[in-house]
Amino acid sequence: MTEIPLQHVLFVSTALFFIGVYGFFTRKNMITMLMSVELILNSVNINFIAFNKYLFADKLDGIFFTIFIIVIAAAEAAVAIAIIINLYRSHNSIDVDETNEMKY
Amino acid sequence: MSFTLIIFYILSAAILGCGLLAVTSAKIFRAAVYLLFSLIGIAGLFFLLENDFIAAVQIVVYVGGIVVLIIFSIFLTHRSGEQMPMPSKKRERIGFIAALAGFALAHGLIYNETFIPTHQPKIEQSVANIGSQMLDTNHFGFVLPFEVVSMLLLAAMIGAIVIAMKVKPKE
Amino acid sequence: MLDGKFISLIVLLPLFSFLILGLFGRKFFKTFSGIVGTTSIFASAIIGFITAYQYFFVIGQTNGVYKQIIALKYTWLQFSPNVSIDMGIILDPISVMMIVVVTFISLMVHIYSLGYMKGEERFSVYYSFLSLFTFSMLGLVLACNIFQIYMFWELVGVSSFLLIGFYYDKPSAVAASKKAFIVTRFADLGFLIGILILSFNAHTLDFQTLIQRLTDPNSEYLHRIVSASFLGASALTWGLVLVFMGGAGKSSMFPLHIWLPDAMEGPTPVSALIHAATMVVAGVYLVARLFPIYALSCPAALHVVAYVGIFSSMFAAIIACTQTDIKRVLAYSTMSQIGFMMFALGVSSYGGENGLGYMASMFHLFTHAMFKALLFLGAGAVIHYVHSNEMKDMGGLRKLMPITHLTFLVACLAIAGIPPFAGFFSKEEILAAAFASNPVIFYLAIATAGLTAFYMFRLYFSIFWNKAFHSHSEHHGEGTGTMLLPLIILGICSIGVGFIPFGNFVTSDGNTLHTEFHPTFSIAPVLIALGGILLAMVFYKKENERPNRVASSIKGIYTITFHKFYFDEIYLFITKKVIFNLIGRPAAWFDRNIVDGFMNLIATITQGISTLIKGFQSGRVQNYAIYFFGGIIGFAILFIYIWR
Repeated sequence: MTEIPLQHVLFVSTALFFIGVYGFFTRKNMITMLMSVELILNSVNINFIAFNKYLFADKLDGIFFTIFIIVIAAAEAAVAIAIIINLYRSHNSIDVDETNEMKY
Repeated sequence: MSFTLIIFYILSAAILGCGLLAVTSAKIFRAAVYLLFSLIGIAGLFFLLENDFIAAVQIVVYVGGIVVLIIFSIFLTHRSGEQMPMPSKKRERIGFIAALAGFALAHGLIYNETFIPTHQPKIEQSVANIGSQMLDTNHFGFVLPFEVVSMLLLAAMIGAIVIAMKVKPKE
Repeated sequence: MLDGKFISLIVLLPLFSFLILGLFGRKFFKTFSGIVGTTSIFASAIIGFITAYQYFFVIGQTNGVYKQIIALKYTWLQFSPNVSIDMGIILDPISVMMIVVVTFISLMVHIYSLGYMKGEERFSVYYSFLSLFTFSMLGLVLACNIFQIYMFWELVGVSSFLLIGFYYDKPSAVAASKKAFIVTRFADLGFLIGILILSFNAHTLDFQTLIQRLTDPNSEYLHRIVSASFLGASALTWGLVLVFMGGAGKSSMFPLHIWLPDAMEGPTPVSALIHAATMVVAGVYLVARLFPIYALSCPAALHVVAYVGIFSSMFAAIIACTQTDIKRVLAYSTMSQIGFMMFALGVSSYGGENGLGYMASMFHLFTHAMFKALLFLGAGAVIHYVHSNEMKDMGGLRKLMPITHLTFLVACLAIAGIPPFAGFFSKEEILAAAFASNPVIFYLAIATAGLTAFYMFRLYFSIFWNKAFHSHSEHHGEGTGTMLLPLIILGICSIGVGFIPFGNFVTSDGNTLHTEFHPTFSIAPVLIALGGILLAMVFYKKENERPNRVASSIKGIYTITFHKFYFDEIYLFITKKVIFNLIGRPAAWFDRNIVDGFMNLIATITQGISTLIKGFQSGRVQNYAIYFFGGIIGFAILFIYIWR
């Protein structure tokens, strides 16, 4: 396995991160925005695992961070979807552009 | 070029391709499925990095939990087969430029950095080790964050239920 | 017995009564508020009398000299180790005398008002204001610190303002209260500047220290304040004259007298208490309080006091002869009598036989409080009966109101200076003091005394004799017992208090001053007073044409006098035409265009900028995300590549 260069793994995670960022910027639907956020979080997970593996093999911290990020992502998804459903009830839409009551 | 490396490239291509499709697909259900594949690909990547436990957690939590949750919410809020409105060209361009600029910056940094691995003896990344250190109270154990995260999960569960609960209109 | 806390009850009881009546009066004591206020002032008066007895007969004297006693002193605001504003109680002959006067007259007025103000809608408010006034006046006379006196000075001004404007639905009362407040406030500005000059140079606000430092010929403070000069007069003269300006405003001396006649718009008992007996003599009291400085260090300022006093006295007496509103006559007579007290102080000097004027002034203050309160209360009873202030609506009331008639006559005789009534003794001593020091003032004073007798008996005959009274409404008797009782008590006092050997108690330096009674000296003033009374009798006892004939023969002078020498008009001209047009208008223009314009400019700029940048707050999450991301990229470049 060590023949996979670290830079290549990091390339994959960086690319995935910015794919998520792109999706977050362009998507209008809130659920798809949530998906983009999940991609971003996953790219970070890859980074943690990779660094733990290649650079700090004497520790397990990266693994723990990954676990916590997964847990938090799950919590976040649950709350976000609850909000989305509530919003759908009140606005009959989950388009972010239509929920701009909080502007000036 | 070894077998592992080939698998890594194929997997990476799958992850990135599915991820890209997940953020660009016009049909929301398809986007969710592409996300699912992308997450499975990431789980595969974890396997490849010899991290079986995390890979299993990834599949159980993400694939089995979050994506299913997302699909449920899609069913609750959309009629199936509905086309999503496409983003405006201007927005698309701005997002693309921003993402590309960020990527260029980050990639430049990674490319120019020389990573120096530690010389300490390795630790077996087995489930047993992870579990004992996770619940260890003495040697750099993670029992406190563990408890905190449990509280967070509980709070999130209650919060989600409260938020999504139907409010009965007052008589 | 003379415990400071005990004495402070004199001041605090009216304060409690004010607070209780002011806060809860309208709800809970609608009908009892008079009783509450009267009870508290009664208790206060009892303590006041006990204090006076203790001071004058038991502990006040050491080796035959009355000392100043600081009964209570509480440092309130400490500016520096030497300068502080204290709240305290000073006991010396004049303050103890004033306690007696204030509590006694206030008690009389409280009792009188039970009948006079009965049925009034804001009965409890009236009593709470009266209590407030009594509290502030007592605080003023007991002040041990010049700043304390200033604070209570303003408080009596406020309560006077509130009581003059008590009938606030009457436009003239509102105007009068504003006038009183503004004029006295203007005078108080002088007072404040005077305080600042004196205390700045003497490095103290405490009366005892101030007097000691500014009278001791060897003190460096006195040396410095005398050597500092401005516009040809020393700082001490300026300070004292400015302090006197405050006193003149409160005591309605010329030319700050214009508010007093208008102040008669208030309820009549209030006029008796505030604008005749107590508050208006505060100016006299103030000069008396600082008298050692005036007399020993700065005779020039004392001359100002004397001339202002005699001029005001004469001036007011002349005007009083032509007024037809009985309360205004009494107001001008008050002003005239206070002028007497002022010039008596002015001709006096410190200590020994030469301090006669000081003693006479205080004596006259004391007797005047009695008979002038009586005159006002009597006038109140008459007004209550007739429902009018005008002389022409009255006449022939002597049979209808026997007690009022009798007491009013006593008061008129007292003010005219006919022996053996109270006014005679005090006026004789004032005249004697004037005779000893300044003949000009003496002759003017004796003429004024004659005028006083004339206009007081003009008033008396117009009310009680002259034509027969024909009423427009049903008669309801002379008044309730609560109204007559104070009249009788004050009547007795107006006869009796003249026999008090005042020189034994109140003198400028605390030593006993034996006044000899010179029958030969008294002949001239008494004859002149009798002449005034006879003249009034000829003119006004029976309805006749003589007054009108005389008035028309000196038409010009009469008209000018009737219009009070056009002083109100002059003031109006100065304020309206000169001050408004020359100062007010440019200031208003400046305020409207420059100050407001500047503010509007700032507001417009702020508004413009916020309109420009509010677009960022679009409410769209993704826009926010893009700004956020752009910011991160910017910072990343900044920190990684530029500030490396």
